[in-house]
Amino acid sequence: MKLHEFQAKEIFAKYGIPVQKGTVIERPEQVDGISLKYPVVLKAQVLVGGRGKAGGIKLAATPAEACEKARAILGMDIKGEKVRRLLVAEAVDISAEYYLAFTVDRGARRLVSIGSAAGGIDIEEVARTTPEKIAKVHVDPFTGYHPYHAREMGRKLGFAGKLLLQFVTIASSLSWICTEMDAELVEINPLAVVGDNLLAVDAKLIIDDNAAYRHEGLPRNEELTELEAAAKSQGLSYVELDGDVAIIGNGAGLVMSTLDMIAHFGGRPANFLDVGGGATTENMTQAMSIVLRKPGIRALFINIFGGITRCDDIAKAIAANPPKTPMVVRLTGTNEDEGRAILQKAGIQAFIDPEEAAQRTVKLAGAR
Amino acid sequence: MAILVNEQTRVLVQAITGYQGEFHARRMLEFGTNVVAGMTPGKGGQSVAGVPVFDTVAEAVAQTGVNASCIFVPARGAKDSALEAIASRLDPVVIITEGIPVHDSIEIVAAARAAGVHVIGPNGPGVTSPGRCKIGIMPNNLFAQGGVGLVSRSGTLTYEIVAGLTRAGLGQSTALGLGGDPVVGVTFQEAVALFANDPETQAIVMVGEIGGAAEEEAARFIKASVRKPVVGYIAGRTAPPGKRMGHAGAVISGSEGTAQAKIAALEAAGVRVVDLPGRVAEVVRSLL
Repeated sequence: MKLHEFQAKEIFAKYGIPVQKGTVIERPEQVDGISLKYPVVLKAQVLVGGRGKAGGIKLAATPAEACEKARAILGMDIKGEKVRRLLVAEAVDISAEYYLAFTVDRGARRLVSIGSAAGGIDIEEVARTTPEKIAKVHVDPFTGYHPYHAREMGRKLGFAGKLLLQFVTIASSLSWICTEMDAELVEINPLAVVGDNLLAVDAKLIIDDNAAYRHEGLPRNEELTELEAAAKSQGLSYVELDGDVAIIGNGAGLVMSTLDMIAHFGGRPANFLDVGGGATTENMTQAMSIVLRKPGIRALFINIFGGITRCDDIAKAIAANPPKTPMVVRLTGTNEDEGRAILQKAGIQAFIDPEEAAQRTVKLAGAR
Repeated sequence: MAILVNEQTRVLVQAITGYQGEFHARRMLEFGTNVVAGMTPGKGGQSVAGVPVFDTVAEAVAQTGVNASCIFVPARGAKDSALEAIASRLDPVVIITEGIPVHDSIEIVAAARAAGVHVIGPNGPGVTSPGRCKIGIMPNNLFAQGGVGLVSRSGTLTYEIVAGLTRAGLGQSTALGLGGDPVVGVTFQEAVALFANDPETQAIVMVGEIGGAAEEEAARFIKASVRKPVVGYIAGRTAPPGKRMGHAGAVISGSEGTAQAKIAALEAAGVRVVDLPGRVAEVVRSLL
């Protein structure tokens, strides 16, 4: 789960990482009540990236200007996300920008700290164009991260004297946040030099959903669509796409390949719904109701390979509530014969071959 | 031969008294797997499906000679269970559990490496050597013994492709599900290396998906050192960036992890990549 900048900064502050003085507002009038030194910077609190380019970050020299800019940003739509909150912070005079993060290196199967003297910009871009400007230190899972790792990285980034020692303190704190908060990513970009000090001007923190149970009191930030929320509450995995063919399958890999198959034959998947490994009649009934609630669906494709999932359980759900939307069912595997018999009684044909079924679906979606 | 599991494998089922543990212990026994012990702390002395239950892995090892484990323990207790199995040098340790925190998986994998033990998963269907041994949850009736080694990041898609191979008369040496999480034990590269050294395996099938760069890493290895034919399939060509497609590890982040990059890397390594899972069997046949 992604945290907003202001939420991440609250955690940073708790761990002793220096951040600007700031306050969060939800209405432009609230600018009046804040006691900050002007000029201030107003930053849209959204979870999507690229808010600066989208006009979600503005400077203001006076309270009147801040109020006016707040009015412009609040309510703005940034890549589909509505701006509900602004972080107002004292503007600072930055003389240099660095990058520092801890994240999971999937390939190395370890945590890695990443640092760069080319901060303030997209780090992926830096890694691609000037990889020599990136310093990495992998964290040994047995011995952990220690100040000497930070000193070595700090020197590589060019820090000396008091700034080097500050860098070591910040990097150590960031490593604790990473491990104690189960972070997938904790990032400071830019880590700015302001006068004689280092300051975390921005903050990003993504916490592993699987570890949420270990962290009570975390904010709930997910920007789920209505259907995504409905699926989640039923324990189903759902992703919204922009086509017109609704898709249900069992198993993440199989559903992904089903989307690809529909696209391969010229169709456009509308959604991804994985009913899971051991889907029951009840799961399947809910799944059908969710995918078909999306407007503009022209066909439904159900692709089931029964393993732990039993074809007769799936067939019962389909036969009990056959949708009005044109539907194609592919059913094979455990209890296939029983499943097909149930569907046949309800006048529904079931395919065995997935490609044949996918082609039929695409044809149905186009034929209206 | 086959890889990782065979007739000598003696399996411990951790959390055998739970619903999933008992259900799949019975299916493994039906398959012919030597399930010789179960464990659930506090339930030592009981038995499930005729299999004795122990309180600790050490006791199960001492009394039954188990040498491999299958873990159904819920996510919160899975790290403890896996570390206990690794400490007893069980090999492989197959983790079926979904939803284990990634920081826990990092510790499990590091401990396994230090002990020289193979961890398979988490969040996978396990490993099956047809006619010999199955550890995990793959359906029993799909397989035939033969010369195709299959390695995949998914469950159901693996079953789909195995069924296609079997239908086409192409049996399998071993089918291995690596798991859908971002951090897993045995990787594509390790699995391909095991298959490359297995005299029974004549062709290798790799079933990948979006997210991470494990397929690309395997592609470099294949190019440098694999002489057996390799057929690939990658799921998620139409997946949008930034969305987790069901598996915790199936997500395109930035420019990393796209199906297109994986397909390109595999093709550059001489792997025959097919467009649809149903085409795997015919291409394998054409290369044998």
